[in-house]
Amino acid sequence: MNRPRQLFVLQLAFTLAVCAFLIVPVILSMLAGLTVNYIAGLSSGLTLRWIFEVWDGYRDTIFRSVGIALACLVVTLLLGVPTAYVLARTRNRVGRWIEELLVLPIAMPGLATALALIASYGALRGFRTSWGFILVGHVLFTLPFMVRSVLAVLQSIDLKTLEEGAASLGAGFARRFFDIVLPNCRQGILAGSLMVVTLSMGEFNMTWLLHTPLTKTLPVGLADAYASLRLEVGSAYTLIFFMMIVPLLLAMQTLARPRTTKFIADDGSAS
Amino acid sequence: MTTPLSIHLQACAKTFADGTRVLEPLDVQIRAGETLVLLGPSGCGKTTTLRLIAGLEQPDAGGKVLFDGVDVTQQSIEARNVGMVFQSYALFPNMSVAENIGYGLRIRKLPAAAQRERVAEMLEMMRIAPLADRSIDQLSGGQRQRVALARALAVRPRALLLDEPLTALDAQLRDTLRVEINQLLRRLAITTIYVTHDQAEAMALGDRIIVMSHGRVAQMGTPHEIYHQPANRYVAGFIGTMNRVQGEYRDGGVFTCPAGRLRWPGAQAAGAGELLFRPEDVSIVGEGEPADLVGTVTASLYLGDRTRLIIDLGQAQPLTMDCLARSAPAVGQSVRLQVDPQGLLALAA
Repeated sequence: MNRPRQLFVLQLAFTLAVCAFLIVPVILSMLAGLTVNYIAGLSSGLTLRWIFEVWDGYRDTIFRSVGIALACLVVTLLLGVPTAYVLARTRNRVGRWIEELLVLPIAMPGLATALALIASYGALRGFRTSWGFILVGHVLFTLPFMVRSVLAVLQSIDLKTLEEGAASLGAGFARRFFDIVLPNCRQGILAGSLMVVTLSMGEFNMTWLLHTPLTKTLPVGLADAYASLRLEVGSAYTLIFFMMIVPLLLAMQTLARPRTTKFIADDGSAS
Repeated sequence: MTTPLSIHLQACAKTFADGTRVLEPLDVQIRAGETLVLLGPSGCGKTTTLRLIAGLEQPDAGGKVLFDGVDVTQQSIEARNVGMVFQSYALFPNMSVAENIGYGLRIRKLPAAAQRERVAEMLEMMRIAPLADRSIDQLSGGQRQRVALARALAVRPRALLLDEPLTALDAQLRDTLRVEINQLLRRLAITTIYVTHDQAEAMALGDRIIVMSHGRVAQMGTPHEIYHQPANRYVAGFIGTMNRVQGEYRDGGVFTCPAGRLRWPGAQAAGAGELLFRPEDVSIVGEGEPADLVGTVTASLYLGDRTRLIIDLGQAQPLTMDCLARSAPAVGQSVRLQVDPQGLLALAA
């Protein structure tokens, strides 16, 4: 009689243990950023001192990361949405190939992509030393996520017929694109946007090679802080990063939830 | 509505990019205000014909589409001002019912008040006023169908093009909507091209029907002509039920077969052949009366108002006929049949 209950308790305990294994370091790290002396432990008291220190020393990296993430979003929207639209409309072999090729920048190690960029454009000094260089890397890396996310939505609706319907009512291409195509892939665009911003904010691999001392981003600064400063400072830095990224992740989860559709039975009469 | 439009297709053929010829050169004159039904199995070219008229496809070189005598072949669908209803309805999920219906008016930049008025008029006409603010995914199939019609008609199109509009609905709803669409089309007197694979729909709605097969016109005519004077065996078999009897033409207007002999008034050289007739032209006669054919009942299907009999005539294809349920013979019983000579058809393949 008691066996299912025992099993349930065991499963619950296991799940909680796994969760704890994953979450405890996060909490410890955040706490470390707020502790006066990490070695001495929490008894040394709590402080916001490290947060302010990070703010003073690394403020520019935070703004730069936000700036690059937003610029990256703009570029991926301008490039990605039309690309997804074209791919959704051309369902042939070439389209599928391009779709597959688009994933390459994700599959390739970020370091390799970064090295390729440096080898190709490193000689252009103005470009190499600007944050635009990092932006290019980020766009390469995040564009597939935007395209895939929009494409998935476009493929789930009968885009061709919807457009034909709009055309039969007199809508030209531009009207159709803005009235029908864009609103109907809103979910995909939103999901893709959050993905792009989140990935760009947290991107380290590629940025590590692409940055210059004057174009550090938040994750690069974070690595710096852990490598050269007190552990408390690095942890405070992590805390700031969390506060920026967690709301984004939560928003992404909300958007990813499937839409619930109400079903109305066919009663044969409309009234 | 504006004055009805006449549509003329001149030598319209269609070959797809992969080389498949889906439509042989087609010449059709569609009269102003009539309802023309394109009928045929899938792949017969009926939807392609509709899309040529709509402007969603271009005919092969040499083909022309004329609206009231004006060549519109090069015009895109946006410029042709035709109302279209798709099998999947193609309603915009990002808009409410009222916004869907008003979309064409918005494109035409009608004043807001005129738009509202026209949308209200359409909602009223299709009896969906209470649904105005619903979103599309809150509608049933029948309701979607009404919204699609309202949206297509709101812009006062020159012609109404319907691509299998009832196929996605269940049988009972299909019957109801068929009657409604029929009344609507009569009232509006708008030139309508209606594509369907359902012969009952075609018979009920069409002023004229074009029966299509493999990209060609098999027959064009009124429902009455199509049913009673099918041009060939394909049309005869596609529309309604048709009986076939194999036998031999003899001199003196007689056709003999293993099951008996039929009086054949038409001219026909002597020799082997086939005669066709509808189930309703067959009747059962008593022992004393002269019979044309004699057969054995192999199945009896009770349909409520009547009973359908399947009768073995000693040939591959059995004979089908209907009789009153209370006078239906039992399975296995031998029956004597008379065939109305006026219903007899001798057709080319």
